[in-house]
Amino acid sequence: MVPLSWYLIFAAALFSIGMFGVLSRRNAIAILLGVELMLNAVNINLAAFWRYGNVLHMAGQVFAVIVFAVAAAEVAVGLALVISVYRRRNTVIADEIDLMKW
Amino acid sequence: METTTLIWLIPLPPVLAFFLIVLFTNKSKALSHTIGVGAAALSFIGSMVVFVRALGAEHLGEHPFESAVNWLPTGDTWFRIGVLIDPLGAAVLFFVAITIFMIFLYSVGYHNYGQPAGDHDRAGLPPHGATVEEHGHKHVVPSVEPMYSRFFAFLGLFAFGMYVLVVSDNLLTMFVGWEIMGLCSYLLIGFWYGKPSARDAAVKAFMTTRIGDVFMLLGIAYLYSATGTLTFREIFTEETLHMLAEHTTFFGMSVSGFIALLLFIGTIGKSAQFPLHVWLPDAMEGPTPVSAMIHAATMVSAGVYAVIRMFPLLTADFNGHELTTTMTIVAFIGAFTALFAATIAVAQNDIKRVLAYSTISQLGYMIAALGIGAYVAAAFHLITHAFFKALLFLGSGSVIHGMEHGVLHTGNHNVDPQDMYNMGGLRKKMPITFWTFLIGGFALSGFPLITAGFWSKDEILADAFGHGHMAVFITLAVAAFLTAFYTMRQITLTFLGEPRTKEAEHAQETPWTMTVPLMVLSFFALTYGWVGIPEHFPLLGGLVPNWFHDFVGHTLHELPEAPEFSWIPLLTSLVVALGGLTLGYFVYRNVQSVSDDKLQIPLLKNKYYFDEIYDFAFVKPAYWFAENVVYKFMDQRVIDGILHIFGPVTDKLGSAIRNYFDLPVINRFFGDGSAEITYWFGGKLRVIQTGRVQQYLMLALVTFIIGVALYFFALS
Repeated sequence: MVPLSWYLIFAAALFSIGMFGVLSRRNAIAILLGVELMLNAVNINLAAFWRYGNVLHMAGQVFAVIVFAVAAAEVAVGLALVISVYRRRNTVIADEIDLMKW
Repeated sequence: METTTLIWLIPLPPVLAFFLIVLFTNKSKALSHTIGVGAAALSFIGSMVVFVRALGAEHLGEHPFESAVNWLPTGDTWFRIGVLIDPLGAAVLFFVAITIFMIFLYSVGYHNYGQPAGDHDRAGLPPHGATVEEHGHKHVVPSVEPMYSRFFAFLGLFAFGMYVLVVSDNLLTMFVGWEIMGLCSYLLIGFWYGKPSARDAAVKAFMTTRIGDVFMLLGIAYLYSATGTLTFREIFTEETLHMLAEHTTFFGMSVSGFIALLLFIGTIGKSAQFPLHVWLPDAMEGPTPVSAMIHAATMVSAGVYAVIRMFPLLTADFNGHELTTTMTIVAFIGAFTALFAATIAVAQNDIKRVLAYSTISQLGYMIAALGIGAYVAAAFHLITHAFFKALLFLGSGSVIHGMEHGVLHTGNHNVDPQDMYNMGGLRKKMPITFWTFLIGGFALSGFPLITAGFWSKDEILADAFGHGHMAVFITLAVAAFLTAFYTMRQITLTFLGEPRTKEAEHAQETPWTMTVPLMVLSFFALTYGWVGIPEHFPLLGGLVPNWFHDFVGHTLHELPEAPEFSWIPLLTSLVVALGGLTLGYFVYRNVQSVSDDKLQIPLLKNKYYFDEIYDFAFVKPAYWFAENVVYKFMDQRVIDGILHIFGPVTDKLGSAIRNYFDLPVINRFFGDGSAEITYWFGGKLRVIQTGRVQQYLMLALVTFIIGVALYFFALS
């Protein structure tokens, strides 16, 4: 069996890719995609720790399922917001959506 | 009902009547007097039941009716209060209940119940009469007292105080009753508060008795600190009395003697003894004569009762022959007061004032008797005196009431209905009043054999003679002579001869509510003496057992022995009584006006100038002190001066704090400063709020990385 550190390195790489996406892409939908990557990197961590820790202790798996559910809900709300913004301002570019400044 | 329970209940009805009348029924005169008289009747019945049971009880002296409850925690022990009826208490309760009930009944008639309201009567002034129209012509009739209900309320509270005093088993509750009576006396003397003289008399009575009460309270406190108890039967045990008699205190007196002296000063105030006698004659300003009777026949007896109660303490260090310091003082004050007040009474013309001085004199008799150790004689005279003096006061009230009727008839309000020189010949107009007054007067003079006053006064004289106190004996004999003399003077001027004014011609007999109490009291004024006939009295002695001596004497641990019979005191009292009466009749038989009266000596007329002396010695200095020292120096200079400093100083201090602390530090620095700093900071910081999500996240990431880096650097 591969050691735990492999999984952790993989998850960290995935998380960094997601983070880079969130910070560098201009399209709001792409930012949401990046967020999804970050969430799933966390899920890999949870699953790995469950598997390498006490298998009978189900918290890791349960937590991963909860993260899935939250991610799904977040994407649903996020896409709805993007569509709404697009309808009003005719753009999905994050830099142009700056209504919340002083 | 248990006797002790009944004793607890005796004082209650009058005080309930007081609250009922004051709070609810004062609008209704009929309801108020029904409650008042009913309450007095209830207490009267209760007292009689207790008295009868006390008569039937075996060895009441050793085993009195008593009951006590824990009242006040004093450290590990309790201060107990309770009720006690021993033979003395029972005898006193008997006369107190009767006289109080009679006062209530008499008040109904005296305040003209059932008469119309006055034409222009005002609360706080005596009623002036009402005009009624009958058969086409107008005439004036007496009008009802405007504050009728209030009077019964006060009487109820007064009765409560007296009953509490009598049934108490300890000095403290006795003192409470004593003070309640002091308050009621103030309220009743000042009942017609519209009259300045009544107001002054009320204040005078209150202040004068207060002097005595302060000393009495000191005595109670000393007694409590010396013995740790105020219950009579605990104080009067052999050991306690012995302990108190052994130790000496100030002026080389024994502790018991000193305490007895302090308590006796309370009695001097309450029983109007020299030198605190000045309030009692002025107390006659109260509603004639009901309050007069309260002050003169009932309440002042409380003072003598207190001394009789404390008699074991008074005589704790008495060896039976030589009087102790305290007893000498008591005997001296009593005998002196007896003579001194009697001489004043000779020259007074106001029918009530004569009786007031007579009361002072007779109370002096009792005090003198106690001073020479004549315990039973003093108690005996206390009770007979209460009966005949109550009778005389109610009789004088009846006379005044009759005279007021005459004054209303003629309409001449310049005639003083209390001046005996305006009377004369009233025996035909007011026969019941005359005969009862005669009985009372003869009892006061000590008319031999048939009156109560003779037996009690004779016993005091016999006691003084028998134990060799000749000074006291002679003083009291002279006082007795004067008593008989001024009593006959009063009777002659008031009732005998022909009417001297038109008002006296039109005087009328008073209603039954007033005459019935007179008749009841005259019965006792005659017969009560027969319960105390000495055993060795010639002829009569032994026919009736000397019940009073046996009964009341057993209150003490040892039955006091009755004095040996001797002819000298007996003949003395016969001679002074009959001589005084005869002389009084012959001197005043033909006197027609004040100018014919040879005894109107200014010194006596003005009561030895005591009011003037006190005015000069105490009242004027007090006013001077109040005006110059307290008001002008203390108040205006010192107190106001301090206050005047306070004002500017606090003003300066306040503005200094405002200018140098509040304005610059609090307002400028903390108040305005914090707002400015926040504003400036906000202005600098707002540029980072761009509204761009990715910048925020970037910022968070950079901050996180810096934080982590610092954390690791700090660790290493």
